[in-house]
Amino acid sequence: MTMLPEKTDKKLGLVIDLDICVGCHACVTSCKEWNTSGYSAPLTDFNPYGADPHGTWLNRVHTYEAGEGHDGRTVHFPRSCLHCEEPACVTVCPTGASYKREEDGIVLVNPDTCIGCKLCSWACPYGAREYDYAEGVMKKCTLCVDRIYNETIPKEDRIPACVRACPTSARHFGDLGDPKSDVSKLVAKREGYDLMPEMGYKPVNKYLPPRPARDGRATTDTPTRPNAQQGKEPSSGTTSTADKFFAWADTVLSR
Amino acid sequence: MQPKVATSVPIGDEVKATTCYMCACRCGIKVHLKDGTVKYIEGNRDHPVNRGVLCGKGAAGIMQHNSPARLTSPLLRVGPRGSGEFREITWEEALKTASQWLGEVRDRDPRKMAFFTGRDQSQSLTGFWAIQYGTPNYAAHGGFCSVNMAAAGLYTFGGAFWEFGDPDWEHTRYFMMFGVAEDHASNPIKIGIGKLKNRGAKFVAVNPVRTGYTAIADEWVGIKPGTDGLFVGALIHELLKAQKIDIDYQVRYTNAPWLVIRNEGGSDDGLFARDDQGNPLAYDKTKKQFVNAMSVDITPALSGEFNLPSGRKAVPALQLLIERFASEEYAPEAVAEETGVPARDIKRIAAELAHAAFEEEVVLDIPWTDWAGRKHDKMIGRPVSMHAMRGISAHSNGFHTCRLIHILQILLGSIDCPGGFRYKSPYPKQTPPWLKPFGKPGQVAPREPLGGPHLGFPTGPDDLLVDEEDQPQRIDKAFSWDAPLAAHGMMHMVIANAANGDPYPIDLLFLYMANMGWNSSMNVPDTLEHLTARDPKSGEYKIPKIIYSDAYYSETVPYADLILPDTTYLERWDCISLLDRPISEADGPADSIRQPVVEPDRDVRPFQEVLIELGAQLGLPGFVNYDGSAKYPGGYPDYMVNHERKPGLGPLAGWRGENGETFGKGKPNPNQLDKYIENDCFWFHELEPSQKYFKHANKDYLDFAVSMGFRQSPTPVIFQLYLETLQKFRLAADGHGTAVPPEQHRERIRTYFDPLPFWYPPLEGEMLKGEDYPLYAITQRPMHMYHSWGSQNAWLRQITAQNRLYMSRARAAELGIRDDDWVWISSHTGRVRAQVMTMEGVNPDTVWTWNAIGKRKGAWMLKNDAPESTRGFLLNHLINELLPERGGGYRYSNSDPVTGQAAWYDLRIKIEKVSGKDTQETWPMFEPIGTPLNTDLPDVLRFGAQFKDTDANADTRK
Repeated sequence: MTMLPEKTDKKLGLVIDLDICVGCHACVTSCKEWNTSGYSAPLTDFNPYGADPHGTWLNRVHTYEAGEGHDGRTVHFPRSCLHCEEPACVTVCPTGASYKREEDGIVLVNPDTCIGCKLCSWACPYGAREYDYAEGVMKKCTLCVDRIYNETIPKEDRIPACVRACPTSARHFGDLGDPKSDVSKLVAKREGYDLMPEMGYKPVNKYLPPRPARDGRATTDTPTRPNAQQGKEPSSGTTSTADKFFAWADTVLSR
Repeated sequence: MQPKVATSVPIGDEVKATTCYMCACRCGIKVHLKDGTVKYIEGNRDHPVNRGVLCGKGAAGIMQHNSPARLTSPLLRVGPRGSGEFREITWEEALKTASQWLGEVRDRDPRKMAFFTGRDQSQSLTGFWAIQYGTPNYAAHGGFCSVNMAAAGLYTFGGAFWEFGDPDWEHTRYFMMFGVAEDHASNPIKIGIGKLKNRGAKFVAVNPVRTGYTAIADEWVGIKPGTDGLFVGALIHELLKAQKIDIDYQVRYTNAPWLVIRNEGGSDDGLFARDDQGNPLAYDKTKKQFVNAMSVDITPALSGEFNLPSGRKAVPALQLLIERFASEEYAPEAVAEETGVPARDIKRIAAELAHAAFEEEVVLDIPWTDWAGRKHDKMIGRPVSMHAMRGISAHSNGFHTCRLIHILQILLGSIDCPGGFRYKSPYPKQTPPWLKPFGKPGQVAPREPLGGPHLGFPTGPDDLLVDEEDQPQRIDKAFSWDAPLAAHGMMHMVIANAANGDPYPIDLLFLYMANMGWNSSMNVPDTLEHLTARDPKSGEYKIPKIIYSDAYYSETVPYADLILPDTTYLERWDCISLLDRPISEADGPADSIRQPVVEPDRDVRPFQEVLIELGAQLGLPGFVNYDGSAKYPGGYPDYMVNHERKPGLGPLAGWRGENGETFGKGKPNPNQLDKYIENDCFWFHELEPSQKYFKHANKDYLDFAVSMGFRQSPTPVIFQLYLETLQKFRLAADGHGTAVPPEQHRERIRTYFDPLPFWYPPLEGEMLKGEDYPLYAITQRPMHMYHSWGSQNAWLRQITAQNRLYMSRARAAELGIRDDDWVWISSHTGRVRAQVMTMEGVNPDTVWTWNAIGKRKGAWMLKNDAPESTRGFLLNHLINELLPERGGGYRYSNSDPVTGQAAWYDLRIKIEKVSGKDTQETWPMFEPIGTPLNTDLPDVLRFGAQFKDTDANADTRK
């Protein structure tokens, strides 16, 4: 049983925009690339060139469809640790290896004290924890704790690798505990939501819902003719589209 | 007590900028090294292409660089082709062998050497080399990639989708994307789509499949494959009906007023009426006389029939276009069934286009001067933009369909205006570009260079590369009556034609970076037979010698005789040249280089270095000095700096002049590469605001383009609504002129060389009408693998290692098929066994799969039980390189009849559930290939662990 801090100074987290995520996996491989030689190094891969290749990834994208027929939608859903305010994965930890940081709310695993019992991955309803079978320890998103405070890299790069890489800008990073932060404002504006709030873990990360489809199927608009430029009907008496068009279009226009 | 975490560990001890090569996008990257090892790759924030971001492939580059499938040494085949039995040889022996083989053919008949390159990003070098060698048989992979897009665009408006232009992401209000388009410009499009959605612009995706970019479109139009042209025709029909056309734009920038001669049966029927100087004529309504259509301040007629001084009758080109699309043939109701798009949706989308174009005008307060010197105080734009790529290109009606999309853009007035589709330098070019293909009978001789480029843009039958008997001069039959405007060649036909000796046998096939023994060829089983077929008399291979260069052990390697192992992209010099495929942005021209970030740890050499060395050994003009010594003893970097195509014009445009004081044209600068490296390996010149739009008719831009060597003169680009080039071929088919097609080709030329765009059904489906192939089958690559050599990538293959056949859930239910069932997919050519996954977001008449996931056992250093080989499959086996054999007669290639573009997406199939429960494997299952590489593959990969100990001590805050 590991205690949570009473409160954290900040609630650092991600805001992920499902409206513009195209499922390109840029966040997935950039996360792998950074973290396999970062705080969680290495993120082991098994059977890398054989059957059933699999390994430890701290961020994955799932693609699924919701709804049927024309009401359906294909959603790309990036999934990583949500850095919950009340994370069951921490409280369940028997050694204190899983902990939530007081200063920023990041949920981390201390590899030196993790005994690989996997209780935390059972406790996490989001499937966000990844057990590294080779290392015998649990791994998870660190919010790139070794980037965001890293004084050896340029200031604008002190953001998680996934946010840094995302081509569509579907990923945002900031303090969700500060209502004035850009990420909080974005969540308010776009009605960002919690994953499975009924579970009560108060995830910090937020998802922005897809904007409603604008396929206009309810309307029956057809292009309307420009009244101001309405031309005379052709004198020949025919009313074909082409003739009408020329009666309108073939006015005196100079090159 | 919280543990202390090291939060300020330096990434590495060195960082080098270079250019990514994980696909065709060519983003700027920064590679972090530690102890000389590649540790981390990130996007370069300053780079004009990707502005810091990096895609899923780019960030997995480390695994490509470290792949166990990397070739390690030059190889000479010792077993039979396909066995994978090789002997390692030295580079000295490899180069000697290659130059002997190449030299012998060059001395005798250079036609007998065919040089084709695949994902080549150095075509200005490989093409130049092939010219100096003197063979007419050179092309890159464009013929099976996207020549329909390039040709339709360049002939129509002097630009193209692809890398040649971009939607105005900052201003567009309505964006339409047609078909699979995840291929080129990967990151710029993602950046752009993100921007425009956040601005509230509407994004409409016209695509049979709702994945990738289409998944986030505001509207999905789940069209039937190959019917986009019909859909676009109906949009044009609606816009005409509603009189929502930018008429002023047509008069200024297009050939709408040019008079087309009507003289049925005559040799000038359908050509433009011209004055004595060859200028096109228009009829001036104010002056009531015929005038030079290119002159300024005329008031040309757009309709009516006029009696020319010659006695002929003529009508304005626009009238012909309007007559075609105003006809009921293109009415929404008439096309709804064929396209699968309801008429009311077509009408509404047309209305939305019209609204965006004419009611949401974008006005920029930027003065500019047009080509005629007239000043304009504002730039007024129609904020509608479009993009299309492979989904349109890979059909046999792709050329005309792509032309139709461009015509729609032009009628809306949205080419290179604010909010529209913007050119990237060196585009726009003249329409068509002033470049003719070389390789006519008199232009090829032993030991002589070809007089000009292999690939160009014919403007009439006289430009074809055929002999007096109308026989094709190129091995791929490009620029012949089979495929007259094959502007990128037809690489997909080379192996079959060479093995069949049609039009002639060759002695030496030289390939670079193209997996022609597998996923880059149609009809793989026959392709492998062609590669191993022997002459019954001599017992020799029908394609006697094959030289291949690649960095990896692909399925093609075991079929070659001599292997020249290439480096990875992090071990080489390269130049991404404006003479080749540009990385320019709409705001200005750009080019870039690769620099070696690490030295190879194997006995491999960059192909470009090898080519330059072979050029010197063969004594090719352009690669040797007058005394016979090597012209570029410093290899590729030497060539990049010192080669001049014309005086002052070289591969790299930045920092030219002896001291790097100029750009564009200027003397070679010995320190040019240092300048590039200082600037993170790229050069970008931002255009003045007054040059950024209307580049086709913008004096300041056109003058700039001339100064840069992009253009010969600052004359405006005239958009070709009516394409006279095509009519010239049609006249030839009617027996006019000196170059007349043989009888067998006439009907085909007459039909498809229509000077106005039109829609026709894809050829394969049309020929199979009445037979039971009810479904369309198409492919795409997953975004995390597009244009990358992905399947040996330890990280990417964890995302996708098996492809499924995706199909509509409802359609599957009708056939009694459920998820995970195995099915037979049959075409007129063969059958493939595959595993099904059903989905909602797919056109019900369409099935699709991820392409190039299926791999042959033994290739790419994957183990034999890898899902790529056991369950992954290719649809290639079902696609014939020839059209179906129906009713006898000549079999044309399975290509667009205008451009020769491979018609991958015309495939028609049927599906049956596999009977028997135990099937868990794909079919056909080819024999595993042997390998000369180390087969001791790791079971566990712990990349990153090696940096841990030193990192632990490096936290700067400790």
